[in-house]
Amino acid sequence: MNPLLRVEGLSKRFGEHIGCADVGFDLYPGEVLAVVGESGSGKSTLLKLLSTRLAADAGHVRYQITGRGLVDLAELSEAERRWLLRTDWGFVEQNPRDGLRMNVSAGANVGERLMATGARHYGQIRATASDWLARVELDPARLDELPTGFSGGMQQRLQIARNLVTRPRLVFMDEPTAGLDVSVQARLLDLMRELVTDLGLAAVIVTHDLAVARLLGHRLLVMRRGRVVETGLTDQVLDDPQHPYTQLLVSSVLQV
Amino acid sequence: MNTVAGYNFAYLDEQTKRMIRRALLKAVAIPGYQVPFGSREMPLPYGWGTGGIQVTASILGRSDVLKVIDQGSDDTTNAVNIRRFFAQTAGVATTDSTGEASIIQTRHRIPEKPLGEHQIMVYQVPLPEPLGRLEPREAVTRKLHALADYGLMHVKLYEDIARYGHIASTYDYPVLVNGRYLMAPSPIPKFDNPKLHMNPALQLFGAGREKRVYAIPPYTRVESLDFEDHPFSVQRWDEPCALCGTADSFLDEVVLDDAGGRMFVCSDSDYCKTRQGAGHTGSQSPIPAEAT
Amino acid sequence: MYVAVKGGETAILNSHELLAAARRGDEGVPEISPAQIREQMRLGVARVMSEGALYDEELAALALKQAAGDQVEAIFLLRAYRTTLPRFGYSLPVDSGRMNIRRRISAAFKDLPGGQVLGPTYDYTQRLLDFSLHAPAACKLPPCADEPLPAAMPRVADLLGHEGLMEAELPPAGDPAPGDLSREPLRFPADRATRLQNLARGDEGFLLAMGYSTQRGYANSHPFAGEIRMGEVALEIVPEELGFPIAIGEITLTECQMINQFAGSSTVPPQFTRGYGLAFGEAERKAMAMALVDRALRAAELGEEVVAPAQQPEFVLSHSDNVEASGFVQHLKLPHYVDFQSELELLRKMRKRHEGRKKVSVTEGNPLFGTGGKAHTEIAVGENA
Repeated sequence: MNPLLRVEGLSKRFGEHIGCADVGFDLYPGEVLAVVGESGSGKSTLLKLLSTRLAADAGHVRYQITGRGLVDLAELSEAERRWLLRTDWGFVEQNPRDGLRMNVSAGANVGERLMATGARHYGQIRATASDWLARVELDPARLDELPTGFSGGMQQRLQIARNLVTRPRLVFMDEPTAGLDVSVQARLLDLMRELVTDLGLAAVIVTHDLAVARLLGHRLLVMRRGRVVETGLTDQVLDDPQHPYTQLLVSSVLQV
Repeated sequence: MNTVAGYNFAYLDEQTKRMIRRALLKAVAIPGYQVPFGSREMPLPYGWGTGGIQVTASILGRSDVLKVIDQGSDDTTNAVNIRRFFAQTAGVATTDSTGEASIIQTRHRIPEKPLGEHQIMVYQVPLPEPLGRLEPREAVTRKLHALADYGLMHVKLYEDIARYGHIASTYDYPVLVNGRYLMAPSPIPKFDNPKLHMNPALQLFGAGREKRVYAIPPYTRVESLDFEDHPFSVQRWDEPCALCGTADSFLDEVVLDDAGGRMFVCSDSDYCKTRQGAGHTGSQSPIPAEAT
Repeated sequence: MYVAVKGGETAILNSHELLAAARRGDEGVPEISPAQIREQMRLGVARVMSEGALYDEELAALALKQAAGDQVEAIFLLRAYRTTLPRFGYSLPVDSGRMNIRRRISAAFKDLPGGQVLGPTYDYTQRLLDFSLHAPAACKLPPCADEPLPAAMPRVADLLGHEGLMEAELPPAGDPAPGDLSREPLRFPADRATRLQNLARGDEGFLLAMGYSTQRGYANSHPFAGEIRMGEVALEIVPEELGFPIAIGEITLTECQMINQFAGSSTVPPQFTRGYGLAFGEAERKAMAMALVDRALRAAELGEEVVAPAQQPEFVLSHSDNVEASGFVQHLKLPHYVDFQSELELLRKMRKRHEGRKKVSVTEGNPLFGTGGKAHTEIAVGENA
């Protein structure tokens, strides 16, 4: 099988500070990669580099584009990159307010990607949006309401629906459960696991929470000071950490 | 008619006119695209037609016949003022007749009488950016145009239908020109939008304060945005024009008293007068008097 | 072709005559002359020149007379006139370091080379209405200082520059000629030279309010009035046929250099940064406000977080011009009955629909609209609990 995403030697500096140094991995279709580390470890920078929100100083991110093979994202035009971002990719922000349009209805939020890719039948857009609300366990009767009236967990599910409506192949998630209460988190994680499996999504999930990584990630990437210190199958890494830093991370979680 | 001493023909100097014509040529070459231009300060306030005046001044020749309308009428003060400006600075012939005009400068209407290939429409545009109400930053809207990324506009239309049951824009209704650029047709009522489409006349748009010109070349596709199941439609009135009896033109509501009395008359004064002259009547037509 | 005079045209011509009569006022009072305005209303004249973007005291005074003292109208008149003038050439950059100083103060240093020069200022008048001005009176000049002002008055910002505490004022890469806003449209992003041109022509009231907002927490500027200087500078051009600069006259300028804290970034050490203001004539309020806004607009360039209106170039530069603003605000009095008619139709349609909907929801409830807010609130609370 060909990888969906191939990352090689990815590096980014901010003046003296190292954002990301020599990161590389392959991501296969349907695979979920969890990136863990403390704040400042470079995991969010990595996500921005992968999703082309930030330009790398060195290294390559290649993506499997249907009919074109692995293409270096830096070589795509801005129009092509934007097309990818609104069709083949999703990006779930930590704060749903950053990923939603708060001044238009839930239906318009979910329908936006459909319209941006040419859907012009109001009734069908509405029906699809309604289906997606149900899929993320939101009441379709609330289709015409503004997300401002939704709770944090509901907003996050709406953001997920908005991203998945075009059936992307790859989704980036930045601490998707971080701002939520524990009970809401569990429900959302279950939902995300279901959706990822049902849709065969590949995903890169950045989290500081090892429980999230264990639940969703097939593979794990442990980052420290911009570098990958350990990588492997999630259960393997968490049950038998090799690098002292990973050991520290795992033990500190156990202590809590 | 003599022109005002000390000023060039049609007020602007020839260098400036050439600069504007170059911008117009670019606009014609890329239908619907907003071309920035070095808009000059005109002896008319911004927002009162400075863009239209500059476009007209730069294309006006001595043999042109100019018609100026505001709200469809030749008699509104601003139209009179602009017509007077060109009569004084260029000495060109002016007319009220849509058919006789070679250049028609307009604010807010397209004449009811179909235009011909020999004619040029010049629109006064207050706000040229159709995405401006949704995204005020020009640096962003420019990128959205470059990438033809117009999902945002459809979100707005979707939201209108979800809230009101129909698209709530009644004027300055957004159009897609030649299948590529989203364009503000200026604040004409959406009633006039179909006239933009495949029009034999050259249509030029000037926004002086915002320093942009754009164009629709003759016979260009112009589609009003809509949904398949909520197609674009234009306003219709329950009653015909009270003076000429037409049921096909855009009507102004005239309040007759403070007891709810009102009548509807053509906003296009030339169209109405021509019809009346041909013997058409409406419910409020004056009783024919002796010829004077 | 004969054009019949319309009612509208007669009304316009009559309105002009009414306006002229109103401007003249009571003919028992002597008529004011542009020369009187130029000499006795010099601050008003200066503002018209600055924002009218034309240094001509005669014409600015004439515009003020014609506009019956309305500054924005006078500015508009001057702008509309200057737009038709041919360009003979561009002057050399004026050197404010060689200004023939009449006023120069610094709030940053108690004393400095060249000294503080108070000059003519309203600052320390007690703002008591002076009833003696009802009658003409002779005025006397104060005695001359014992020694003349030094020929060279170094700029305060340059004094700090020697120590490296002040950012260097370097031209942008390649030292491009600045654009000309009166010939080229404003585009974004706008470089600093373009921004300064826009602010120099900008409405004093607008700049004052924007500058003021930066002091009240809408942006974080920590300004010090490093130096304000006012006086005359020589204007030089290089005629092509001569090939060397010749002075063509002098103009009065007010210049303000604001000094602002800057915490530094990963590549630049902490240092002071500048905000710059310049205006024709004696125009201290304008120059200071401009300097505050200039510095605020540099936020993005200096890596500061953009959080306030005064830091947003598109917001500030697109709304600073009072000729544009005045025209567009006042265009609302032009007829809009076609658009209004369309809105009227829409409103009637919406009200009809609203009526219909009310009936539906009373009888059977409408799944699309209005399931009511209460039930939702409860769900939301339950989930967050």
